[in-house]
Amino acid sequence: MQEPDLLAIRAIITRHKRWDLFFGVLGICCLMVGVLTLVALFVDMWSSGAERLSLDFLSSFPSRRAGQAGILAAWVGSVLVMLVTASFAIPLGVAAGVYLEEYAPKNWLTDIIEINVSNLAGVPSIVYGLLGLGMFVYTFGLGRSILTAGLTLALLILPVVIVVTREAIRAIPQMIREASYACGATTWQTVRDHIVPYSSAGILTGVIIGMARAIGETAPLIVVGAVTFIAYLPPVPFTGEPAAGLFDWAREAFTVLPIQMFNWTARPDAAFHANAAAGLVLVAMTVGMNALAIWLRYRLRKNIKW
Amino acid sequence: MIANNVAKSEPASIKAEVKNFNFHYGAFHALKNINMPIHERKVTALIGPSGCGKSTLLRSFNRMHDLYPGNRYEGEILLQPDNTNLLDPQVDPIEVRMRISMVFQKPNPFPKSIYENVAYGLRIRGENSRAVLDEKVESALRGAALWDEVKDRLNSLGANLSGGQQQRLCIARALATDPEIILFDEPTSALDPIATASIEELVTELKNKVTILIVTHNMQQAARVSDFTAYMYLGEMVEFGVTDQMFIKPQKKQTEDYITGRFG
Repeated sequence: MQEPDLLAIRAIITRHKRWDLFFGVLGICCLMVGVLTLVALFVDMWSSGAERLSLDFLSSFPSRRAGQAGILAAWVGSVLVMLVTASFAIPLGVAAGVYLEEYAPKNWLTDIIEINVSNLAGVPSIVYGLLGLGMFVYTFGLGRSILTAGLTLALLILPVVIVVTREAIRAIPQMIREASYACGATTWQTVRDHIVPYSSAGILTGVIIGMARAIGETAPLIVVGAVTFIAYLPPVPFTGEPAAGLFDWAREAFTVLPIQMFNWTARPDAAFHANAAAGLVLVAMTVGMNALAIWLRYRLRKNIKW
Repeated sequence: MIANNVAKSEPASIKAEVKNFNFHYGAFHALKNINMPIHERKVTALIGPSGCGKSTLLRSFNRMHDLYPGNRYEGEILLQPDNTNLLDPQVDPIEVRMRISMVFQKPNPFPKSIYENVAYGLRIRGENSRAVLDEKVESALRGAALWDEVKDRLNSLGANLSGGQQQRLCIARALATDPEIILFDEPTSALDPIATASIEELVTELKNKVTILIVTHNMQQAARVSDFTAYMYLGEMVEFGVTDQMFIKPQKKQTEDYITGRFG
């Protein structure tokens, strides 16, 4: 029986553990770069904008006087544009993702489509702006409206929605599909009763994160013609004289929060810079959407175990 | 000659018959000229070493291979009494699966309630009456010897049950639609010995109502639960016969070697 050389073993372990320590410290440093930048950003935004943050700021139209300018038109515009974006991007993207995963034969054509969809997710957003301008404004004659903006952003996040839908669907074990088919289900019944319900948590999370990206987009909306100064709200359906139609608001001119912010910071008058408070509102909306995504994922996944 | 033996000792009627069946996964010839009868209200076991094609044969009975591209059937599986060839491309695989249900290797309940798991097959057949569903769910759960354990929590998730209970839930799901045949694909390979014993007992009881085809890795299991056994090797049916005779006095040396554990 050989005597174990414990001292030598311990020396080796001590030496190896130094690397654990080294990497741990290095990791914390790297993490701090990101966290501190974020904190600095918040502090800066807060210190320059907090004083302007009030109900008046949220409920006033923009003004030539910095102290009276508000973001009513901008946040209403952002919300309405997102509404249009969601109502087009979600059904289209989910249906396309479901088709690619559950119906489409696996061949070179679907491979090409798959690669293209993934690539589209990386196309710069201004390109989508040009597409929106050419297609929705000029070809379809939808004008420089909320509808055009929503559709343009819907195109922008469509690839993201398709990709997250496919990933969520792929996470469903094959044996669940087989169980459904073995019961005598058709593909549609399998999709309706199993695939979509079980992947909805993943799909919703992805969609909301896509929307959170879209709400901060500026470039494509400048291209399709967002206005920078607007002092009225789109008509509420069935109000006014003559009564507005259900979708009349979608044809109105619009602005959105990031454009309003850009407009103010670009002004020489430093008083307007305090209106960076709009940034706080925008960040709050984005954080709110991400929080919703996390909560929904938690709620929907609670009942899903394989 | 083998078929004659069977006919003499067990004059049961034939529920299905596999005739000159070949199966190809792409270029791979997985099953070679399989011929065997499936006797009504009997348990037929498929045994053989891994990769011999027993699961492939089983999954041909409900056309599971249709879900994946590149698979090809040749020959016939004739289902009685209507003499339908299950493998005929003209026959809708969904129709086949509505007549023949399946229990899988790993328990795979849907992430839904116990009740909805059992009711699923009925719902996709258009059954919406709560009273009918209640009755059929209860009788399927009783048939799967699970009712007493779950009757107070039909709305809780199927996944919260133990492994053996989940597998019985899957059996209840397969039973609920009154199938003509139930296919079992190594139903106990993921279960502990006690759960295995309860599933085996269940299979023995179920054969009073339904024809059963079971794939198993475990020869003792085949000997315990089945009336007929088919021994397969490398995609070929080596021997088919009455289980008792086959385990006591196999006709072929190859079968004897496998059964006695000299190989496999």
